[in-house]
Amino acid sequence: MTLDELRELAETEREKQTQVKHEIHVCTAAACLSQRSDQVKASLEAEIKAHGKEDCCKVKGVGCMGLCAAGPLVSDESNGRLYQNVRPADENTDTKEIVASLESEPVERLSLSPELPFFKEQKKIVLENSGKIDPERIEDYICAGGYEALLTALTEMRPLEVIEQITKSGLRGRGGAGYPTGLKWSTVAKASPHNGAKYVICNGDEGDPGAFMDRSVLESDPQRVLEGMAIAAYAVGANRGFIYVRAEYPLAIKRLKIAIKQAETMGLLGANIADTTFSFKIELRLGAGAFVCGEETALIASVEGKRGNPRPRPPYPAQEGLWNAPTLINNVETFANVAPIIRNGGAWYAAIGTEKSKGTKVFALAGRVANTGLIEIPMGMPLRHVIYQLGGGIPDNRRFKAAQTGGPSGGCIPEEYLDMPVDYESLASVGSIMGSGGLIVMDETSCMPDVAKYFMDFCCTESCGKCIPCRVGTVHMHNLLSRITAGEATPEDLALLERLCDVVRNTSLCGLGQSAPNPVATTLKYFRKEYIDHIHHKRCTAGVCEGLARPGKDDKPKGKPAEVTA
Amino acid sequence: MQLKPGAVPPPNEDKRWRIVEGTMRRHGHQSHALIEVLHTVQECFGYLDDVALRWVARNLRLPYSKVYGVATFYHFFTLKPQGKHTCVVCTGTACYIKGSTALINAVTAKAKITPGETSDNKQVSLLTARCVGSCGLAPAVVFDGEVAGKVTPEQISKRVEGWMRNDA
Repeated sequence: MTLDELRELAETEREKQTQVKHEIHVCTAAACLSQRSDQVKASLEAEIKAHGKEDCCKVKGVGCMGLCAAGPLVSDESNGRLYQNVRPADENTDTKEIVASLESEPVERLSLSPELPFFKEQKKIVLENSGKIDPERIEDYICAGGYEALLTALTEMRPLEVIEQITKSGLRGRGGAGYPTGLKWSTVAKASPHNGAKYVICNGDEGDPGAFMDRSVLESDPQRVLEGMAIAAYAVGANRGFIYVRAEYPLAIKRLKIAIKQAETMGLLGANIADTTFSFKIELRLGAGAFVCGEETALIASVEGKRGNPRPRPPYPAQEGLWNAPTLINNVETFANVAPIIRNGGAWYAAIGTEKSKGTKVFALAGRVANTGLIEIPMGMPLRHVIYQLGGGIPDNRRFKAAQTGGPSGGCIPEEYLDMPVDYESLASVGSIMGSGGLIVMDETSCMPDVAKYFMDFCCTESCGKCIPCRVGTVHMHNLLSRITAGEATPEDLALLERLCDVVRNTSLCGLGQSAPNPVATTLKYFRKEYIDHIHHKRCTAGVCEGLARPGKDDKPKGKPAEVTA
Repeated sequence: MQLKPGAVPPPNEDKRWRIVEGTMRRHGHQSHALIEVLHTVQECFGYLDDVALRWVARNLRLPYSKVYGVATFYHFFTLKPQGKHTCVVCTGTACYIKGSTALINAVTAKAKITPGETSDNKQVSLLTARCVGSCGLAPAVVFDGEVAGKVTPEQISKRVEGWMRNDA
């Protein structure tokens, strides 16, 4: 397919869509599906048929609309109406009412205002098509401007020019570490092929508990990721690519398979794309449940069919990666940023965000916050704004305690840093990391030593066991934290725990071990009092740790009762 | 003697082996297809038994130790047969802080099994997942492959109780 043919196809699709008066979108991403949104879609279709409105109304299954907490979500694109918690016909009359009210007033009790800060304050680049297009139809993606960037790059830009735009955009790796993407691409581009081969790998092994951005992008807009990979392959000179996705994401896998097939049929992947000499083939590889495989050298081992053991770097995969050939590994979200950057230019992207962290970042907002779901915000937005405006604050009038970013590799950020801008440097300065974008809000019902124990339990079972500091150190740390939360620890245990934080961090082979102490170190730093309470007073203020006293319940302060403020 | 790729016939007449052979063929019986092939075996048979592992090893011309090593390294693979129904409790961070432990305890109370175990009547297996990516709906449980969100201990108890009774 050539660029002209692509534009023609997009035009035809657009025309077709203008003929439909009401295009009703139903979210069919995993979260809403688990609330039976497929049944909602079927009910809506049946209802429209019953009303004889098939000519002017169309129901479309789309990707994630973001506010998972209010799912299943239904929207009417013609008038911007948004409905929440829509139940299928066998549960109540929601779908009947929605169809009946198409031309009249919206259904009050289901309405959700699109003017909420949750929707208004986002800036969507990666997620621009999520909730808008049918992820299982390539025509929908093309209609939204898809593959224009790839074909433009192939026919009008040299590989070096592509890399130049990416460098100019300031895009940094969205997998967590934030390495400059342009620099990575140019290293792979400069490396000489091994046995004539270079590879591109998309890291979709989203192992962080509490993160679901990659899943959502793959389920909502899989073509976007394929296009980004193809552009990258052209830029670095690779002809073969792999997408490594967790087996725990069956829907993402299904949609990727469909997407690859459709792109191949259209001639947008495969041999001689757009009648040029460039060929690119993408294969899917399933992860099998190993957190360490998010680390690039471990991931490569896994693609090779081996145990996911990391190896020392250098050599970096950019020089010696998959089957010893230069390999470009980027995260799902990084690839999803590529097409818009090529389409609008690197300078456009660089104008968004902060000085050192450009563009937007997708966060999975979860935990003790009213609006759980997926958000995309410009870099630099203050954390407080994210949690209280977009997130709608803490439910049940509880008090904010900590925000956990970056999963087991990240840390807990206390209230005093709530006004901090969200970017790579600021998060690092308080001992946490951006990570892949999990953002979990905790209130006073969370016990911080218990949270640290939870993450350490995760790290010690997920350690691949290759290097001793990680294999043994994390187990020791977990044991110490178990003693603390059981009220059996001594002050010496606390000192040992702190020492181990240093040892494990500085002597582990790969990122898993190097970052495993982060949740412990940050909670020790900001919530030390809770550790002391557990050790010296055998008390758990949050009331989480079994067998320990809980102030206010078991040992009410004696003397004057607290003053009551009106 | 070097075996020809795909030369080893399946261990028995079971037709499901053909599907596994299909996966091996698609990858040209190359050793790097090991994980893909194990996925297919588990999809077809529910778990990886010794017979399957040995057969896959010979067909991909890999040492058995390596195949065993891979099968045990990854959490997704299981070497034990599962019960008729599976209940996977997500223990991701969001689910954890919203009470996934109580859900596990509820199953343990009803079916007398801890994570990784199958009930005596082979009806229910309890598993935990690191994160099923449905954090917005925490705590989440996957009942027989279907994700359910905002699950309460009462709900999970009821579900498991029903499954357990099926046999009686």
